[in-house]
Amino acid sequence: MMDQMLLDVTDVSKHFGGVHALESVGLRVPHGSIVGLIGPNGAGKTTFFNVITGLYPADSGIFLFNGKPYFPQSVSEVTQSGLARTFQNIRLFGEMTVLENVMVGCHCRTKASVLGAIFRFPSTQREEQAIRAKSIELLAYVGLSEFANIEARNLSYGHQRRLEIARALATEPKLLALDEPAAGMNATEKLELRELLLRIRADGKTILLIEHDVSLVMGICDSLTVLDYGKVIASGKPSDVRTHPEVIKAYLGQGAV
Amino acid sequence: MHKEGLFHRLPRSAYLWIGIIALILMPWVVGASGGNYWVRVLDFALLYIVLALGLNVVVGFAGLLDLGYIAFYALGAYSYALLASPHLPQQFEAIATAFPQGMHFSPWMVAMFSIILAALFGIVLGFPTLQLRGDYLAIVTLGFGEIIRIFMNNLDRPLNLTNGPKGINAIDPIHLFGISFAKPLDLGFIQIPGLYLVFYLFLLLAVCVAIVCLHLQDSRIGRAWVAIREDEIAAKAMGINTRNMKLLAFAIGASFAGVAGVLFSAFQGFVSPESFTLWESIVVLAMVVLGGIGHIPGVILGAVLLAIFPEVLRGIAQPLQQALFGHVVIDVEIIRQLIYGLALILIMLYRPGGIWQKSGASS
Repeated sequence: MMDQMLLDVTDVSKHFGGVHALESVGLRVPHGSIVGLIGPNGAGKTTFFNVITGLYPADSGIFLFNGKPYFPQSVSEVTQSGLARTFQNIRLFGEMTVLENVMVGCHCRTKASVLGAIFRFPSTQREEQAIRAKSIELLAYVGLSEFANIEARNLSYGHQRRLEIARALATEPKLLALDEPAAGMNATEKLELRELLLRIRADGKTILLIEHDVSLVMGICDSLTVLDYGKVIASGKPSDVRTHPEVIKAYLGQGAV
Repeated sequence: MHKEGLFHRLPRSAYLWIGIIALILMPWVVGASGGNYWVRVLDFALLYIVLALGLNVVVGFAGLLDLGYIAFYALGAYSYALLASPHLPQQFEAIATAFPQGMHFSPWMVAMFSIILAALFGIVLGFPTLQLRGDYLAIVTLGFGEIIRIFMNNLDRPLNLTNGPKGINAIDPIHLFGISFAKPLDLGFIQIPGLYLVFYLFLLLAVCVAIVCLHLQDSRIGRAWVAIREDEIAAKAMGINTRNMKLLAFAIGASFAGVAGVLFSAFQGFVSPESFTLWESIVVLAMVVLGGIGHIPGVILGAVLLAIFPEVLRGIAQPLQQALFGHVVIDVEIIRQLIYGLALILIMLYRPGGIWQKSGASS
């Protein structure tokens, strides 16, 4: 059972001053699945993301990634170990082109040094060509080929979200953590996103998803974990979670039960 | 396609050759029409190009506002001044006996030394400022620049290391590969004056630095710098070790200034702390910002404009005032600062990317 888990975190706590943003939260993500993390606004979903990716130091918690314990302290090291993320408030490199944004994603899987960059050794040139080819391929994968040479900040909202996914994929993650990828998308874009996520899973990646859009989450997730006020109130199959009394209470209020 | 004319029928390599020939002839044309004074101005303009390109790595690529950049130039200049002048042997018995012929390290060696020294100081400055950005970083770097200058100014007692505000003179002129750049080089059919030789040397350096910058910009490392500039957290999320990349930017920018400093002191034959004031840091920053921050051709243009402009102004403003009022009403230096300020305000208002910004960059 244990060795099938790609991400296995237990007992994660985090507080800001007197506010307990997370209280012994646990989450398990099996290989090759799509796991959803849902909850009302302010439930602590993004905090949880920030903790497991090393952006915020955790107060406590046990973290296992790919069977190995890790301590999320440095964002770049977490990415290097194979956990890539996107951001709820899109964080693209606005003045770089769409293609360059993806090329930056290849940074941690390439190794040209300063001297290599300055003198352009044959090995550096080959690496550079490989970066470019891989990035072009990834843009095609998420359907942004035609925008390759425009500045990222000029993309539409939905396209910016797809670019964030392409950029995260360029870091060759085992686990792709997406923070509200459908936020601000229209119905067509959401359908396309759904297709994309299913394709990413089919290609052997594992996805951890924070999302508000219930139909998207219910439709594609293999399992769900629900947070409210920093605590896990339910977790399991989407169909079970949907009817869980605590979940209904959290979303619809006391009287609805 | 849309334009007919001579220039559109030439292949790209032709432009390159025209450029090279123009640059080779430049000191001769300028020297013949304006005299050696203007060739000196050109020589200094080339040093400023190197400085501006170095600062552009820090400010333009990595987005780290550095107001103490001239300190690295000072380090290079003082390294050569101390290692190739009679100052240290005069002050210290032990050094005089160790170097009976006097200290005459070659500029080549000191340049190598200065690259390492300046890069180390770049890291020394970078390390405590890793968490700082924008205004806060600017204040710390400004302080660093001033500290270096004040050290140069005051290290004349108890031990006279830098000769204080009086500065160090009688510094060896540039001599490389057995050629002295202080006297004319006789090629048999033609005599090349020393100032022209210096022009070619500085030009070579500036071209090398520009190529290094272009190569860095278009590499994994250059992209990482720009990513840090654009969004540091996202850069980290791409697996970029932002600490190392920032230190690298500081070190590379500083090392360019170190080399430029060595050549500066060899060319001048004299250094004093006065050459390394905050104002100089600001002038170099103005070159970068005015020309086109982060865009190498723009930065070069900015450096040339701001290096030559004060001299042109001196040539015009003084005689003009003499002719109009019979005496100088406003000092040229003040006019220069006024125009600098005005130019920067106008650029910020109407063309925040600089005069020659990257094509495709809007706003």
